[in-house]
Amino acid sequence: MSQIAFWGAVELGLVFAFVAIGVYLAFRILDFPDLTVDGSFPLGAAVAAVLIISGLDPWLSTAVAMVAGAAAGLVTATLNVRFKILNLLASILTMIALFSVNLRVMGKPNVALLNQDTMLSAFFGQGVPEYLVRPIFVGLLVIVAVVLVWRFLESDAGLAMRATGANSRMARAQGVNTGGQIYLGMALSNALVALGGALFAQTNGFADVTSGVGTIVVGLAAVIIGETLLGARGILLALIGCVFGSIAYRLAIQLALSSDALGLKASDLNFVTAVLVAIALILPRLRRSGGAA
Amino acid sequence: MISLSDIQVVFGRGTPLQKQALKKIELTIETGSFVTVIGSNGAGKSTLLGVLAGDVLPTAGRVTIGNVDVSRKPTAARAGQVARVFQDPLAGSCGALTIEENLALAAARGKVRGLMPALGSKRREFFKERIASLNLGLENRLKDRMDLLSGGQRQAVSLVMATLAGSDVLLLDEHTAALDPGMAEFVMQLTDQVVTERKLTTLMVTHSMRQALDYGDRTVMLHGGEIVLDVSGGSRKDLQVEDLIEMFRKIRGQKLDDDELLIG
Repeated sequence: MSQIAFWGAVELGLVFAFVAIGVYLAFRILDFPDLTVDGSFPLGAAVAAVLIISGLDPWLSTAVAMVAGAAAGLVTATLNVRFKILNLLASILTMIALFSVNLRVMGKPNVALLNQDTMLSAFFGQGVPEYLVRPIFVGLLVIVAVVLVWRFLESDAGLAMRATGANSRMARAQGVNTGGQIYLGMALSNALVALGGALFAQTNGFADVTSGVGTIVVGLAAVIIGETLLGARGILLALIGCVFGSIAYRLAIQLALSSDALGLKASDLNFVTAVLVAIALILPRLRRSGGAA
Repeated sequence: MISLSDIQVVFGRGTPLQKQALKKIELTIETGSFVTVIGSNGAGKSTLLGVLAGDVLPTAGRVTIGNVDVSRKPTAARAGQVARVFQDPLAGSCGALTIEENLALAAARGKVRGLMPALGSKRREFFKERIASLNLGLENRLKDRMDLLSGGQRQAVSLVMATLAGSDVLLLDEHTAALDPGMAEFVMQLTDQVVTERKLTTLMVTHSMRQALDYGDRTVMLHGGEIVLDVSGGSRKDLQVEDLIEMFRKIRGQKLDDDELLIG
């Protein structure tokens, strides 16, 4: 693996760390299997790309992209909380609808961001090679997100959200409005995923309507690999696990695809993904039964 | 003071399975009193508790707790007034959260939850003190996950959780029924101590007639959704478990051979 390929994988892993944290909030904290992310990731990319092209400040464009993602999460939450549609199904409905929404936003399936000023433009040409600037920049944003989400989940308000996912009956008995917590959590989760999408568009130079396919699998893979690597002790470790899981996932894929001995092609990506996730799921089980024997 | 006036609860209204769980219940509980509630399965004990907790909104009637009409308020909206310990030890706390996180959740019951850290050093100290008073050695395990505790330990912690924030009424839903006899005895004595010390207005549903007479200052018996017995003071002191069983028998018009009711 070349140095550029290595840092490219790290950069992609960091971009998808936002997805992993979002998926962690939905799946692990709220116990809400949310497939909305397959739509909110390209939504974030689309909104950011279109706004940047129209001349809006890239930071502001990215913020609007996050609001759009939050709105998508709120739609799923409304279908579930207000209209009692099964959570998984509610999220699939939003995901399907978002495909059309994303096409409307962009006006075409693919928008290029070449020669546009992005959030990163100011940091290029300062003596650091671009292939390093991108992961450093995204990495700093990831650290900010991890710290904010961590502090939130360990606050009184965050405890209420965790209780909603862990034991909603108990949460209500403690005065927690569990429906409200689902709205808040889904908005937060999908805003983070949309932020990932917006950064993806800006680091890769395009937004594509199909870029969301499989986002949920990648996010889940990162969460599970993180839990396998670091264990599930405490919120901060779990969040760091999301980040390292996401990076480890991208590196493993890069390694598998670039190793000549394995003879894999780029089109084998989905197969490799499935195998990696399966291994991440099986490993802790083996370790446990090994300890018991 | 708590008052239930003309409370009716109908489940499955308009369907073939329509069932009237509570019929015109009138009950007033003075502040500071400890009422025990007994009754056979299906008598309406859990529904009565649900009406007070907010899980069941009455079909008709008025519920007031501490002079606030809470008749239409769902559980979460009246949680500031109602503390509760569930029958199932797993139901009253979050297994995935640590003991101290559960305590922090309960300490903010019914209050606005902000973005300040849930576990400051002051709060930790306070929790440690309260948990230490259980004499179960749990004060050194505050960072352990709740699901590492036994059922009895969890119920004891739940009891502490119920008293961290103020309340107008404490609801106990057969909270010792799922425990082994030794632990049940411990939790019951702990309950009595907590209720007496803090002068809590308490309503305890129990399956055990022994418990119903040994604890509290008033006993209410439900049958078929109605209050069929309401004793306190002197007449209650003279009452024996055998008398209660005799009454049960008369009311039901059949021989009572449910051993469960005898287990003290």
